[in-house]
Amino acid sequence: MTNEQQFAASFAEIHPPLGRREALVEANRCVYCFDAPCANACPTHIDVPGFIKKISSGNLGGSAMTILHANILGLSCARVCPVEVLCEGACVMHRYNQQPIEIGRLQRHAMDHFYATGRRLPAAAAAKPGRVACIGAGPASLACAATLRQLGFAVTIFDSRPLAGGLNTYGVAEYKLRPSDSLQEVELVRALGVEFRLSVEIAGEWRIKELEEEFDIVFLAVGLGRTQPLEIPGERLPGVVDALRFIAEYKTYRGARVGRRVVVVGGGNTAIDAATAALRLGAEEVHVLYRRSETEMPAFQFEYDLAKQEGVRFHWLTQPVAIHGAARDHAAVESVECVRMELGPPDRRGRRQPQPIPGSNFRLSCDMVIPSIGQSRLLDFLAQFRDIRLAGGCVVVDPATGQTSNPRYFAGGDCVNGGREVVDAVAEGKRAAAGIAQRLEAMHG
Amino acid sequence: MADLTTRFAGIESPNPFWLASGPPSNCGDQVKRALDAGWGGAVWKTIGEPIVNVSSRYSSVDWNGQRMMGLNNIELITDRPIETNLREIAEVKKRYPKHAAIASLMVESRREAWHEIVRRAEGAGADGLELNFGCPHGMSERGMGSAVGQVPEYAKTITEWVKEVARTPVLVKLTPNVADIRTIARAAKAGGADGLSAINTLNSITGVDLDTFTPRPDVGGQSSHGGYCGPAVKPIALHMVQQLAGDRECGLPVSGIGGISGWRDAAEFLLLGCHSLQVCTAVMHYGYRIVEDMIDGLSNWMDEKGFHTLDDFRGLSLPRVTEWQHLDLNYKIVARIHPELCIGCGLCYIACWDGAHQCIHVEGAGSPEQLVAQSRASLAQTPAVVAVDTAHTPAARIPKVDEHECVGCNLCWLVCPVEHCITMDRVDTGLPAQSWASSGAGS
Repeated sequence: MTNEQQFAASFAEIHPPLGRREALVEANRCVYCFDAPCANACPTHIDVPGFIKKISSGNLGGSAMTILHANILGLSCARVCPVEVLCEGACVMHRYNQQPIEIGRLQRHAMDHFYATGRRLPAAAAAKPGRVACIGAGPASLACAATLRQLGFAVTIFDSRPLAGGLNTYGVAEYKLRPSDSLQEVELVRALGVEFRLSVEIAGEWRIKELEEEFDIVFLAVGLGRTQPLEIPGERLPGVVDALRFIAEYKTYRGARVGRRVVVVGGGNTAIDAATAALRLGAEEVHVLYRRSETEMPAFQFEYDLAKQEGVRFHWLTQPVAIHGAARDHAAVESVECVRMELGPPDRRGRRQPQPIPGSNFRLSCDMVIPSIGQSRLLDFLAQFRDIRLAGGCVVVDPATGQTSNPRYFAGGDCVNGGREVVDAVAEGKRAAAGIAQRLEAMHG
Repeated sequence: MADLTTRFAGIESPNPFWLASGPPSNCGDQVKRALDAGWGGAVWKTIGEPIVNVSSRYSSVDWNGQRMMGLNNIELITDRPIETNLREIAEVKKRYPKHAAIASLMVESRREAWHEIVRRAEGAGADGLELNFGCPHGMSERGMGSAVGQVPEYAKTITEWVKEVARTPVLVKLTPNVADIRTIARAAKAGGADGLSAINTLNSITGVDLDTFTPRPDVGGQSSHGGYCGPAVKPIALHMVQQLAGDRECGLPVSGIGGISGWRDAAEFLLLGCHSLQVCTAVMHYGYRIVEDMIDGLSNWMDEKGFHTLDDFRGLSLPRVTEWQHLDLNYKIVARIHPELCIGCGLCYIACWDGAHQCIHVEGAGSPEQLVAQSRASLAQTPAVVAVDTAHTPAARIPKVDEHECVGCNLCWLVCPVEHCITMDRVDTGLPAQSWASSGAGS
């Protein structure tokens, strides 16, 4: 097997596509709810019963258009959405026979057909005056740009990375979504006439002035920053690779390094993605350290279940306090020193705070550490834009329109919501597009 | 266990389930296998001068992923020589003396031709004769089948010819492709028939291929109307059977045919007065084995209801069919939604608004359009803390019936996917029973 084949086998899709017959049987099970809870639970309000009905009537092309009408990233959302807590979690069939409709896989079925048959979206409406810059080429910008373009406005997307798609291209576990799928969606948006300026950093007073001269409106969808540091000794050893960098590296080049014994620090969904990827890349043991207990872990239940099934070992109430290098070779990680924690009384938000148990230190030997304790806020970057109010490191917007405290600026996605799902970013991009369109029309009469 | 012994127009069989005349009763080997599987009798595939068939011959209507809700055919009567069929009938009768073997017959409309075929069929040992006056396709173009069954005088005349020589019971199989099936039944009675079989197939075109534009079934780029049967025609058959069984002027016993696929269907035909039951499409779909549950299910139901023989409940529902003008206008029911069973699908709500009388409501919404607009305007987000309650329907999603406005039409109950979630409950109006006829408005 070639490297590429080996990689493809290790990262085989976790939810394989439905065959035509499977899709039909599943689609026919849908009772076609009115004011459907699944559609209401979807942040982008995809008309779920509508697209499922079209699958059962044999109108696959129309089904995909129904999806794309609400969500331009219908393909990636079909694959990465935590459907268990969104559409499928809301499905009435839970209370019928305990078997919710497999909405995610049905959506995938329609979207795969759309891309396989090379279909296009209808051309944009007649050109309207008004130029919009979207900063960041992730889901929020793609949704905002596509919606504005379809309304007839000129849109340019900027990103500092060479490929568009944001975390869809660089940050989603490979067994859920591949960069090539993310890039297909980017191409769909490009085909609408959206301009992409990639490998471009927007920074500095002069650059921002230039941006404001060229564009009427700026949509900020810059996401979040790097993984937060653990702030413990040994963190700068080469064997310490933060989760986002680790995921981006293995997804974009095949020589990505993985340890034999890997320790992941954190209890979120990204920690799970990193842990299961490390196993797939050949790690013999993967340990996840989380400072609270199983019940407080923020990762979705199905992500946790997946990791357990694959053999990831979880250490609850465990916090790293130092990373030790090998005595001989200081470049290599040899162990993580941990301390046991106990849960104290709940804080103001009702969350029980972990506190270290003195003298409970122990060492866990390993040769790689992957910190995954959440992303930092882009405080310095966002501070460059005038009059944009931040709260807790996130941009404050009017949730209905995405408008910031600076009326020429709108924002959406992780830099607003602090880090949610792709579908939330799409919804915020869509809403901001509507808000921007309204403002542009007011500006240009 | 209940006694299913059947006696219909003088023909006896161990149970009321007979193969209807058609492909499942085409030859002796098939009929023997069917009787071994438990069928009480068989009406042989129609015997007459052998014909040549086309290919293809069948087409069907699928519904919501289920195959063959209705089946259509353009196959003609037997393509095997008369003597072969008759020899095999003789073999079957020899091996299965207690089962019913009926010869279905169709020959040209000549007295001699009918006399000859009747004598030969009875000579072979047939327990009875079924005159095929029903086939709506092909044979009718040759002056046989429904061409006879649509004209009362023809039906009467041929029945008379048959009765001139027949020694066994004569059944006339009726076509539903007439304005009033009773007129033909009365003609058959006048001709001396001993019983009726109803219904034969309905004229149909099942569909059109959207790529070739040829209706189905496709015979080299052309099609022809065929005869429709299967579960889809059951309600039509039940109505016609009721008309026949309830017709005092005719008064002949009826063998019920039309979409019978299981014991529940069988019980319904019997409750509407049938003496035996004939099945074809369900066997074509699943094989002879289906009779096992038909017998078992019917027996169990009879035990449960305390019926020992078929006569104990035959026709029990007939007095409950009347003309609309005699229905009680003061009888009132209303829909009640049982919230603990409601899954929140909203189907009753939209059905009532768009298809009925706008008396089911969802709190906070003045119309379905308003409800959808409110939902679409909501800013849904992925929950940060995962606590999805899949076990309970949110109270806001459980619709409420305005009982004062509810007309008791049943539509919400019909569309509700959950059994017993909506019940139609009697409301006492305090008024005496009054019908349109009794109110004097009808006079």
